[in-house]
Amino acid sequence: MSGDSLLPLAVVASSFVPGLAIFFLAESRHRLRSTLNLFGAFAKLALIGYILWGVLHDREFVFTHEVLPGLDLVLKADALAMLFVTLSAVLWLFTTVYAIGYLEGSPHRSRFFGFFSVCVTATVGVAMAGNLFTFFLFYELLTLSTYPLVVHRGTEQALRAGHVYLAYTLAGGAVLLVGTVWLYGIAGQVDFVTGGVLDHLPAESAPALRIIFLLLIVGLGVKAALVPLHGWLPKAMVAPAPVSSLLHAVAVVKAGAFGIVRVVYEVYGVEFAHTLALLAPLALAAAITIVWGSLRALFQDDLKKRLAYSTVSQVSYIVLGTALFGPVGTIGGVVHLVHQGIMKITLFFCAGNFAETLGIHKVSEMDGVGRRMPWTTLAFSIGAFGMIGVPPLAGFISKWYLGLGALEAGIPWVLAVLAASSLLNAAYFLPILYRAWFKEPPAAWPHEHIRARRYWETSRLLLLPPLVTAAATLLVGLFAASSWTPLDWAKLIAAREYLRWVP
Amino acid sequence: MMTMVFDPASWLILLPLAWATLAFVLGAGRGARLALVGLGAQALLALELARRVRDQGAHAHALGGWPAPLGIELAVDGLAVVMLLMTALVALPLGLYARAYFGAKPKGGAWFWPLSGFLIAALNALFLSADLFNLYVTLELLGLAAVGLTAAAGDRMAVAAALRYLLATLLGSGAYLFGVALIYGTYGTVSLAALAPLISAEPAVLLALALMVIGMLLKTALFPLHFWLPPAHGGAVSPVSALLSALVIKASFYLLLRLWFGVFEPVATVGAAQLIGILGAGAILWGSLLALLQTRLKMLVAYSTVAQVGYLFLVFPLATGVSPEAGVSAWQGGIMQALAHALAKAAMFAAAGAMIVATGRDEIVGLSGVGARLPLTLFTFALAGVTLMGLPPSGGFSAKWLLLMAALDSGQWWWIVVMMLGGLLSAAYVFKVLRQAFLPAPGGSAVGRAPRALELTALALALGGILLGLFGAQPLALLEAGGGR
Repeated sequence: MSGDSLLPLAVVASSFVPGLAIFFLAESRHRLRSTLNLFGAFAKLALIGYILWGVLHDREFVFTHEVLPGLDLVLKADALAMLFVTLSAVLWLFTTVYAIGYLEGSPHRSRFFGFFSVCVTATVGVAMAGNLFTFFLFYELLTLSTYPLVVHRGTEQALRAGHVYLAYTLAGGAVLLVGTVWLYGIAGQVDFVTGGVLDHLPAESAPALRIIFLLLIVGLGVKAALVPLHGWLPKAMVAPAPVSSLLHAVAVVKAGAFGIVRVVYEVYGVEFAHTLALLAPLALAAAITIVWGSLRALFQDDLKKRLAYSTVSQVSYIVLGTALFGPVGTIGGVVHLVHQGIMKITLFFCAGNFAETLGIHKVSEMDGVGRRMPWTTLAFSIGAFGMIGVPPLAGFISKWYLGLGALEAGIPWVLAVLAASSLLNAAYFLPILYRAWFKEPPAAWPHEHIRARRYWETSRLLLLPPLVTAAATLLVGLFAASSWTPLDWAKLIAAREYLRWVP
Repeated sequence: MMTMVFDPASWLILLPLAWATLAFVLGAGRGARLALVGLGAQALLALELARRVRDQGAHAHALGGWPAPLGIELAVDGLAVVMLLMTALVALPLGLYARAYFGAKPKGGAWFWPLSGFLIAALNALFLSADLFNLYVTLELLGLAAVGLTAAAGDRMAVAAALRYLLATLLGSGAYLFGVALIYGTYGTVSLAALAPLISAEPAVLLALALMVIGMLLKTALFPLHFWLPPAHGGAVSPVSALLSALVIKASFYLLLRLWFGVFEPVATVGAAQLIGILGAGAILWGSLLALLQTRLKMLVAYSTVAQVGYLFLVFPLATGVSPEAGVSAWQGGIMQALAHALAKAAMFAAAGAMIVATGRDEIVGLSGVGARLPLTLFTFALAGVTLMGLPPSGGFSAKWLLLMAALDSGQWWWIVVMMLGGLLSAAYVFKVLRQAFLPAPGGSAVGRAPRALELTALALALGGILLGLFGAQPLALLEAGGGR
């Protein structure tokens, strides 16, 4: 086995091995624990950098291991995988830094960071899975490793949220498994291949393929929080803020959306899916989710809950882009995978900062918070404007391509959905910004844990990550047209997925 | 010809008999050390036998050089060697576990080593037997050793459970013996090889098959004949619970598999197979549901065995009267399930035992604080749970995958629904334990420590269940090299 075939495994192991080591650390060894965490995060980034350089020079990185006859575990570094892997590895680094600051002094940190690392391992595995079985394996590992994080606080509310989370995701996993087995039965090993692998099947298998598609989308839709499968997500917001960031931006929700992208483009093939008339219903489901999520977000006073419903809505932009037939829509969907991650993680970091520093959990408590915590509020504002789609921020780029894609695919009603959703986004974000910047602060904050010191409105480890991701939100939008941006990479992916497409 | 060739097969039977007898004489302390040496050697012997089967295929061996019908013949094929490996690789860590366990809680320890030696000898002999009567003898010996081990806990509950177990096991082997007598009366032989070409659908043969099947269902505790299992497995001391649940019930399942898909294949009907499958489905749902309702930890794990046994029996409808591909897939899935359950259930009972040693009680509500105090053991319990839930990567998942493939291939979608529901229900009862263990310990009650050896051996077994999922191709290749079905 050559070095190149072991590299994908090394990317997975770079968080798994430190994670295992962390489980065995005594609670008090916080310096060693942080070192291990950061070592894993940087090692992963270095490996990914090397692979990206190799992919550019046409090298192949594939790891294969036979689990059962006719059932292989395959890890592969292709264009789509690298997009998601890079996103999660970069955001993992920031989330780790943030979590170290956030959990300072709280109990059970070894357990927390152990599962945190396993969770990222699972995400990287989901990203680099080279076939449907491998994807399923890491998808389930993700479920198991996030459960202890959701219930981390051990309160009655957290345990209940964990219950709901498991009920949804395990049931979704079972449905996904049935779809996977069925597809393996019909088509043999289902590898992820650019352009899809199913279009050579005989015509009489079309009805079965439609049912399998439904099973796969339902199984993936649970994690992607497609309405009506989204019930667990707003409940899971009881988890600590770094976990919410992980759930919403990097790992769980993303894994679902990413899986839908894989199934549509690299299992069915977008052209074949179009032939089977599967894309229009998927677009409709996404549109309903987008509007419903935004509507529910309007009525939440709990800040994290509002953000959670916002995630429900925003993640379906990815699904919507996937379901729009034509390269431009594809670009919009794929690029939003990255953009939504950066913006949403900024918002959750900021929400965590408000809660940790001043004890603010509700929108109605945010009056004048911009004066006490200007930097955090600035980062929050950039994230919020990005979500609304104000140019030149990241969210604008996504929406622009989605809109053009809808026109290209000949589904103009999608434009109305986009417009309505943007208006709703503005309706639930702008009042927050108005309160934070323009209202008078109260005499005392609900519960001020951390006092301001000179230039630092809160602890450094809490403040830096959102500032960096907020800057990224601005930069990936501003320089979207340059090379090596998410948009550039999304264009490359879109160009490969359409084999026979003529505009 | 009397060449003295080294023969691992007969040593696999003689060795445990030898250390069992010596342990009886030497007492618990030195007996345990001797037993561990014996178990280590047994693992090497089983591996050596596996190597031979891989290179040379299935073969028969006459004990002491006397061929049948005068002497006793041992038959080694893929299925037998896989089961021997399972026994050896589960028994060795359990032996280490038992030594540490009886070091902390000596009650019942004196009887453990001699009885478990006889139990393992009986298991190995059963897997190697080539005729119906020897199978009966080994089955009876196995049952008696198992009942003795159950009673060794010594309290009233355990003795009552052991008596119930005794009744079930005697009834089961009695029915089997009656079947053997009918076969012998009809064909004048009990050799499996000699019977294979003779069997036809005569009334006496069908009656014999029915009796043998019912006897084995009773001994494997298939729903609704499972009444004896939960008190016996849940009431015995933890190392014994692990041995019984992991290995002993697999013996009668193995026997049924051998007979149904071997000599009796020409007379086995699809209808009967479906009926067994329905009982299996009942076991999966009823066992899981009752596991969920238990308030005592070991009873929960015991009911989980009732449920997991159900999966084993799905192999009968999925491999009877179907296409060859579906049949092979189901057959492999059934054996994979037996192996995965052996490792995972041994690990789970071992972990439960460690928790009980630490908390001093068997109630699930008493587990609060275990997560903080015994993280390794809780992790072991969770890993074993992953296999039982059938989540990847684990032997349980591989088994489920193969069975699902067979169900799809043969168009029997109803078993898919059962398997999916069973998986979700098992998640419910596994997480019931994990959730309780995550809670902080209430003030005043302290969770103690468990000896490290208990924790590590349990972990090794649970990791075995996971490794089986990653390297499942190897045992299946061995099965294939040894003649497959």
